[in-house]
Amino acid sequence: VTTTLSTVIADEVVAACSPWSAILRTGQSLQIVDLHGNQAVDTLFYAVDGDTVDPAGRYSAQATVAAQKNIFLTTGSVLRAADGRPLVTIVADEVGNHDTIAGACSKESNTLRYGHHTVHQHACAENFLAEAAKWGMGKRDIVSNVNFFMNVPVEADGTLGIVDGRSAPGKSLTVRAETDTLVLVSNCPQINNPCNGFDPTPVRMVITSA
Amino acid sequence: MTTASTDGARSHARSQAGGATMRIPTLPGGVDDTRLVWSESVPADSYASRVLGRGARLRFADPEGGACAHLLLFRADASWERLNIADTMKVPWQAYLGVGHPLLSDQGRVLATVVADTSGHHDMLCGLPPAGRQKMLLAAIKHGMDSRDVAPSATLFKGVRVEDSGALTYAGSAGAGTAVELLIHLPVVVAVVNTAHPLDPHPAVTALDIVAWRAPEQLTTPVNDEPEYLRALFNTEATWVASVSSESIWAAAQSSEALK
Repeated sequence: VTTTLSTVIADEVVAACSPWSAILRTGQSLQIVDLHGNQAVDTLFYAVDGDTVDPAGRYSAQATVAAQKNIFLTTGSVLRAADGRPLVTIVADEVGNHDTIAGACSKESNTLRYGHHTVHQHACAENFLAEAAKWGMGKRDIVSNVNFFMNVPVEADGTLGIVDGRSAPGKSLTVRAETDTLVLVSNCPQINNPCNGFDPTPVRMVITSA
Repeated sequence: MTTASTDGARSHARSQAGGATMRIPTLPGGVDDTRLVWSESVPADSYASRVLGRGARLRFADPEGGACAHLLLFRADASWERLNIADTMKVPWQAYLGVGHPLLSDQGRVLATVVADTSGHHDMLCGLPPAGRQKMLLAAIKHGMDSRDVAPSATLFKGVRVEDSGALTYAGSAGAGTAVELLIHLPVVVAVVNTAHPLDPHPAVTALDIVAWRAPEQLTTPVNDEPEYLRALFNTEATWVASVSSESIWAAAQSSEALK
């Protein structure tokens, strides 16, 4: 019997409404803990060479969904780049049905969804742009993301929408890096729909070695 | 005909077009020929791109039943603003494309609206297969862009449906002879690749026909009256009117006044 002791490399709390990023080296795992429950964690993945982002290794929601023939992400889902390359695999999940079709909130789309009075509220697109800039990326590098702990059913006639979440305080999800991967996160600040229970809260990020 | 000399090679080259046949899509009945701005047939596994002005009406047709049009749209004057597939599903609360559906940019504006559709078999969930993505990359590069601009795309004429479990069912084509028409609200780069749907178990792609014509009068009537759509139109019109030359608006106002 062989026992492998994993080593905690980072254990950080991302404040409500804030961005976060880190590089996972191949084989390392990231556990995302929904500390207070029903907190959408908008996430993008980019393959990196050292600390340099490979623009062709960007997460593709469409390649991921087409490969697994299912819109929901859960244990066993392989999150892929557009060329099909695996970036990370979900290896543990206490919630299920994570979204990857509904994208991130933005000030601009908030004006359509809720009205122009919301245009100066904080939004995930702002977090993504600010955090991506730290890695030399710009607006063109931002694409449809994963929304961990966000619930977006599609009904028979195609109606879809963000509804009450399936998560609860302390529930978590873990991904394992299949290649060196930058993880870009917006801890969602949306207050106009149930994706954060109308009350954005902190989440915990734990990176462990293989 | 010898091609050993430049003279012979030139004659050989120039003789080719006269004997060739090519498919040239025609405008739908009732549209004046002088309004035509684009006519092109895209064979299987090829691509096309064009800059279209505001007020163009763009028609994709599937004459043989095997077309599969993977579509991207970019603001022609600001290509970093582009079709946003997530917002295009989320904002109208609808995953499936159909008449009245806006194709939204990431900046809360309507790049195009679906104004006619006899297919009903479309998909925004699966995107391009890797080989098709290379074709889309070539289209992007020709407009000064690169791989970062090859964002999630919409697919026309090949459908997918979502089960309650989230599982996807490939719904294929609606058959030969269908068409989809878009009204263009802002100047855009249209990039389209006619290649297999990634879930198609037996891909046999056939020609995609494209025509576009000037239809600016159609911009004056909202295509649907849902609040999200009307606010997107407001954002679009506000951006357009702020960006165009004040002199051109003033001149147009003067000439319409003169007509009264």
